[in-house]
Amino acid sequence: MRQAEREWQLAALRERIGGLAPEGAGRPVLPFGVAPLDVHLPGGGLRLGAVHEVLAAGPVDGEGALAALFVAAILARLTGPVLWCLPGRDLFAPGLAAVGLHPDRVLYAETRRETEVLPTMEEGLRHRGLAAVVGEAARLGLTPSRRLQLAAEGSGSLALVIRRRAGAIPEPNAAATRWGVTAAPSAALPVPGLSRARWTVALLRARGAEPRTWLLEAPDAKGRLRVPADLADRPVAAPARRTAAG
Amino acid sequence: MAQEGPRRVLAAVDRAARSLRLRPGLALAQAQAMVPGLHLIEADPEGDAAALARLAAWCLAYAPLVAPDPPDGIWIDVAGATHLHGGEAALLAGLRRRLGRAGYRVRTALADTPGAAWAAARCLHPETVLPPGGQRAFLLDLPLWSLRLDREIVSGLGQLGLTRIAHLAGQPRGPLRLRFGEAPGRRLDQALGHAPEPLATLAPPVAHIVRLAFPEPIGAPETLARVTGRLTAMLADDLTRHGLGARRLDLVFRRVDGLDQSVSVGTARPSRDPTHLARLLSERLGTIDPGHGLDEARLAAPRVERLEARQLAAPGEEPDPEAMAELVDRLVLRLGPGRVFRRAPVESEWPERAVRRVAPLSPATGATWPADLPRPGRLLPVPEPVAVLAALPDAPPSAFTWRGTRRRVARADGPERIFGEWWLTEDEVSATRDYYRVEDETGARYWLFRDCLTPEGARWWLHGLGEA
Repeated sequence: MRQAEREWQLAALRERIGGLAPEGAGRPVLPFGVAPLDVHLPGGGLRLGAVHEVLAAGPVDGEGALAALFVAAILARLTGPVLWCLPGRDLFAPGLAAVGLHPDRVLYAETRRETEVLPTMEEGLRHRGLAAVVGEAARLGLTPSRRLQLAAEGSGSLALVIRRRAGAIPEPNAAATRWGVTAAPSAALPVPGLSRARWTVALLRARGAEPRTWLLEAPDAKGRLRVPADLADRPVAAPARRTAAG
Repeated sequence: MAQEGPRRVLAAVDRAARSLRLRPGLALAQAQAMVPGLHLIEADPEGDAAALARLAAWCLAYAPLVAPDPPDGIWIDVAGATHLHGGEAALLAGLRRRLGRAGYRVRTALADTPGAAWAAARCLHPETVLPPGGQRAFLLDLPLWSLRLDREIVSGLGQLGLTRIAHLAGQPRGPLRLRFGEAPGRRLDQALGHAPEPLATLAPPVAHIVRLAFPEPIGAPETLARVTGRLTAMLADDLTRHGLGARRLDLVFRRVDGLDQSVSVGTARPSRDPTHLARLLSERLGTIDPGHGLDEARLAAPRVERLEARQLAAPGEEPDPEAMAELVDRLVLRLGPGRVFRRAPVESEWPERAVRRVAPLSPATGATWPADLPRPGRLLPVPEPVAVLAALPDAPPSAFTWRGTRRRVARADGPERIFGEWWLTEDEVSATRDYYRVEDETGARYWLFRDCLTPEGARWWLHGLGEA
């Protein structure tokens, strides 16, 4: 009798502690399908219904080409329509299709000004039925990111913000993860030509995980990143550590 | 020709007659003396008025508030409706083009006030758009008759040396009023927007219309939103009974001083979902100026399409096309038409032409770009020239300078030669481009091309950035 009562109390306690777990825990995630990344990320992938930002910095990547491809590859592994809010015209749809994002799935919203991007994203995130909403903005402040986060939680859509020409010191905001993608020299071929591009994918900030970088091969036609074959057999630098976060 | 007192005079003349220096108001006998064999038609003022009313009703396609202005004008209150037609200038151009095709010679103008628009349409360029708040500068130069004053008043003012609106605007009002009555001052104030000018607007000839009259004038934004919600619910009931969905909605508030206020919204697919329609309208309610109060509201659906009842989609099924249509409507309302779209492939080798925009709700075709041609993530809208160091004429460059930074090429692939589409423009008959994919020492990838066969030799351009 007393045993049963104690177990009931324990269960109640566990439930209360479970309620204190990091917000969003237990929501579905989108795994990258790359073991070292998925092991490192809390929940085993990108959390859906949350805001993630991808910084595009530097003279070349400031144009956000790799960030756009990184995002398109993530979208390629989701199903359903996506909304892409952008103030410019330089996004090249054939390049996105090459990493698996089919043009039939993408609805574009071209804003007149960059300041309209985040409100348009929020409009899309409040709408149920989109798999993801992407926006290209130079800034993502604390309050706008919270609004996007709330909208994303409501609909369960993935929110991705490409921060073009991001400043050296990123602003604090409510994004669940912050990524940076930079080019890395690709493997030399025995004949003239280009092998698959390589990227340095950096997790710059994440709730519940330490920053880390990985050298990966650029996504294939289905949006899958890959650990380069010549690196795959090496030991991973350090065992993945998890930190508690509140 | 028409009877004017004891005389028979010309009522109106066509272009050919005008070139023979015949003018309206000329005595018939004199006109026949000037042009022997003149072709005369009896004036038909009732017929003209009826035709003007028919034309005004046709103009309801542009905005919900339209008022015929006999004998030869029509006012359209486009406030709250320009976004449906791509802006003010596009609205005027489209209106004039469509009327021109139907055989009407029209002059159009768009201004803040009916009076200013009347004057600008008759005195300025036939597609004038006066900037908001800017009518004063344009009006001051115009002749006094453009204030819609009677001929006697204009000639009386002319005897005083007042021929332009600027002259009138500079005069003290009191003496003028004693001599010419209220008209000159009132018309001037109306044209400049200092005095209201209610228009006798046409009742829209639509079957699907709902009204709410208020015992007390309303004006608070939240009240307007609540009224909008009730009207859309009533209209949705009506549309459901008829199996229809609205493609356009006109919401008109009658203001106590007669200056009616309206908003219009369009939808991408027929809809009768009251929540969705109310939300579309509510986003525009900010443009309503309640003034001293609004005492009636009416909501009409001038464009409807058949919309059959359908079952609710189970969760997890195909994306609901109606839900997508609602999102598209809201985005279009926020950003304007033409800014929400999908992209579809075009079979063209030129990268700039390989993509076209299609309507956001056009059916999915499944078509995509050839998978075997690597393409960059960003395509510069205009290729940027680069200075290149190439060892051999047909080899990929060994280094290039772009935006002031020199980059050494570590690896390269190419060329992919594409030929000009000579059937599109003559300039491309002999145009070719050799595209190279190059990677610099940091691993960054670029898409460069060399154009060929120009007199000054080949030039190099950077066209794309990044590659997966």
